[in-house]
Amino acid sequence: MATNFTVNGKPATTNAPPATPLLWVIREDLKLTGTKFGCGTGLCGACMVHVDGRRAFSCQTQVSEIAGRTVTTIEGLSPDSSHPLQKAWLTERVPQCGYCQSGQIMSAADLLQQKPQPTRAEIVEHMSTNICRCGTYQRIVRAVERAAREA
Amino acid sequence: MNKSIRASVLSRRQVMIGAAGLTFAIAAPNSLKAAALSGEGPRSAMNPWISIATDGTITIMSAATEMGQGSMTSLPLIIAEELDADWAKVKVVPAPVNEKIYGNPGFGGMMYTAGSNAVTSYYRPLRVIGAQVRRVLLDNAARKWGVPVEELTTEPSVVVHAKSGRKMSYGDIAAIAEVPAKAPEIKPDQLKKTADFRLIGKDVMRVELPTKVNGTATYGIDVQVPGMLYGTVLRAPVEGSVPNRIDDARAKAVPGVTAVIRLPHGVGVVAQTAWAALSARQALLDSVTWTRTGTAWGFDSDKGHDAFAADAKNLSKPARDWSAQGNARGAFQNAASMVEGEYRCDYAYHAQMEPLNAVALVAPGGDAVEIWAGTQSQTTATEAPAKFLGIPRDKVKLHDLLMGGGFGRRGNRDVDFIMDAVMLSNEVGSPVKVMWTREDDVHNGRFRPLSAHYLRAAFDASGKLTAWHHRLAADRITPFMDPVRFQEGGGKDGMVMAGTDVRGYDVPHQLVEQIYRDTGVRTNPLRGIGVTANKFATEAFMDEVARKRGIDPLTYRLELLKGTPRAYKVVERVAQMADWGRKRDGQALGLAYIDYSGSQVAGIAEVSLDRTSGQIKVHNFWCTIDCGIAVQPDNIIAQTESSIVYGLGLTLSERISIKDGIVEQSNFYDYSLPRMKDVPEMHIELIQTDNHPTGAGQMATPLIAPTISNAIMELTGVRLRHSPFVPDRVKKSLS
Repeated sequence: MATNFTVNGKPATTNAPPATPLLWVIREDLKLTGTKFGCGTGLCGACMVHVDGRRAFSCQTQVSEIAGRTVTTIEGLSPDSSHPLQKAWLTERVPQCGYCQSGQIMSAADLLQQKPQPTRAEIVEHMSTNICRCGTYQRIVRAVERAAREA
Repeated sequence: MNKSIRASVLSRRQVMIGAAGLTFAIAAPNSLKAAALSGEGPRSAMNPWISIATDGTITIMSAATEMGQGSMTSLPLIIAEELDADWAKVKVVPAPVNEKIYGNPGFGGMMYTAGSNAVTSYYRPLRVIGAQVRRVLLDNAARKWGVPVEELTTEPSVVVHAKSGRKMSYGDIAAIAEVPAKAPEIKPDQLKKTADFRLIGKDVMRVELPTKVNGTATYGIDVQVPGMLYGTVLRAPVEGSVPNRIDDARAKAVPGVTAVIRLPHGVGVVAQTAWAALSARQALLDSVTWTRTGTAWGFDSDKGHDAFAADAKNLSKPARDWSAQGNARGAFQNAASMVEGEYRCDYAYHAQMEPLNAVALVAPGGDAVEIWAGTQSQTTATEAPAKFLGIPRDKVKLHDLLMGGGFGRRGNRDVDFIMDAVMLSNEVGSPVKVMWTREDDVHNGRFRPLSAHYLRAAFDASGKLTAWHHRLAADRITPFMDPVRFQEGGGKDGMVMAGTDVRGYDVPHQLVEQIYRDTGVRTNPLRGIGVTANKFATEAFMDEVARKRGIDPLTYRLELLKGTPRAYKVVERVAQMADWGRKRDGQALGLAYIDYSGSQVAGIAEVSLDRTSGQIKVHNFWCTIDCGIAVQPDNIIAQTESSIVYGLGLTLSERISIKDGIVEQSNFYDYSLPRMKDVPEMHIELIQTDNHPTGAGQMATPLIAPTISNAIMELTGVRLRHSPFVPDRVKKSLS
């Protein structure tokens, strides 16, 4: 059974079984590989996307839940890496291995949508959903603050 | 990136420098040499480090693989410095597999990125290579203009004749260049002076960084090739165990599954989709029984740890001398007094964010294989598949991709994560992407070993520290992770033993003994290697020694470091930064110093403790690092932040335990990594010196356990001796 939804502003369809995590549809069928597989259990945040504008673990979101909904991945955050967070991420030289950073940026974008000028405590609380094994946390905080300032 | 650059260089004249005698060649379009150079024809000794296209594009090979540490930028930048290249015109491409040209001098010529030694080991050779090509460009400009080469200088990517005001770009020279058969000799004094560096010491944007904020960075797990199937492997729970009875009915019933395959080390699934492969692996969980072959069956890490500790403390238990200075045994016999201490570290897991994976395509007939993977060693990634398939290594084509973290996990000799894909592709005749689940990655982790440390220090009648003795009982690493290196290195297990000594301190007599243990548990170098466990022991014990003598731990260290100025400086400075003498209300400081492969690091942790829960909180961490010439200063700071956070996890929460040979943890719910809320304010100062550059990728990791143990001692009078300091353990120590 086909499931229709929207990804990065474009119509998408999948015939994957309803229980399939959205993550695998995004990565392997739609070839949007910026969204990563990290733990498969909603504990690390590497798979973070937006569903109807709010962050969601794509590894915990089933195909059956996305019919008619709007998904945004890192590739759809801006057409040219011009989102204030993407710019701030480079200015602060945040990424190391980079594997978690799509998820970090998608989480941060969700925060700034809800709260354009978050306090440091709010940033820490919100971003503690996402693991960065390279430990870039201090730079992530700086980058989120910079993006909030410069947006 | 790689392909388009290859195509463009083939269509232009180029200047290239090879290895094997450092031969130069001009490659014209469609010539045999060009084909050889591009790796598309017969291999010759001509594979280049540098090629310069007529449009000025300079392509530089990256010999090291990239796992987040920045070598993909730093190494080419060292070449670009001496070449005096315009960095904006430099394109970096991964070097092909060719140890003779690209091998790491720090690892006996293997292509291997580990030990924080890429910059250290390649620094001199890459500078010479850059300088040689610059010299060829100068010679060509001199010939063209009819002037003595001594009158020429360079600006970035331009040769300048100041006398006549003429300039010629490197691209223009490439169009007319004649290249000598033999590379010009470059003497050390012909290399740039530090003051003349334009790139080294100045931060540049890491070459791959822009791809890491928009989803375009390609890791091994992102690869798709035409006709690709998906694989998973349910691996044996214990090393050496093999599948016994396989009931594959449920796995085969998953729609999309095309094969369930018995492998020597597990059961493989091949499917048309990733989700089908993952679901079928899940369906196999209770459907496979395993032989009880393999050493680790029956091993229990808690009990094993007690046995290790007893053996370390019992001086009559046989041990191997690892390192000795002076006559420690004699000094202990003559000691006026003595202090002793015991420490322990648990197994720990790498937890690189990208679970292990690889794509392989074995050619029909099995006479060639193409591999896409993130690997710390291009050498091992191609050797093991060649051996398995019984083919020459030049029939293994490796595409080395970005790694979502390495931390030592992706460099083992048997490349377990690549062989899964090779074996399954060999069985089904299609390209297969094998992905490990996080649970596979934990259950089949290769851990920082279990260790128990017994230390004692001897004093003379005046109270002077005369001798130091460290007995370490630990699971072996090198014989398991790389038997070849173990053998070539004379049977020394440096990865376990590194950091056991007290380098830098004035201790006349020192003895380190290894109590070699092989439990059968899978082990591996993990960020900080043996240094993390061993410096926990030595730096916490140094604190105990100071306190026993009633001397402030900072004062005591500085006294012993008087003869080691670089060490003295990092310790003195970090103490200033942390305002060491200031007492805190409800918080305390702990200090540690380490000479890690020549890099000097010191750290101070400021901690508090919730006595009810046993939870330790680190509020601030100050760190100084002197790793000589800083090739990329901000990246050194970033790596230091990273290694502090990594150490924090190893010290406070990360713990692998083994029951009956089997790993008890599974995923991030029972193997807990530091999150943003757990991380202190980090204050890092890079102390730049003119010394040969040394490592920066993991040097602060071993500072964390001793600084926290020392701070808790200061705060509570209780010594934490068993890392990680998980809340239950802390509470037990307090009571």
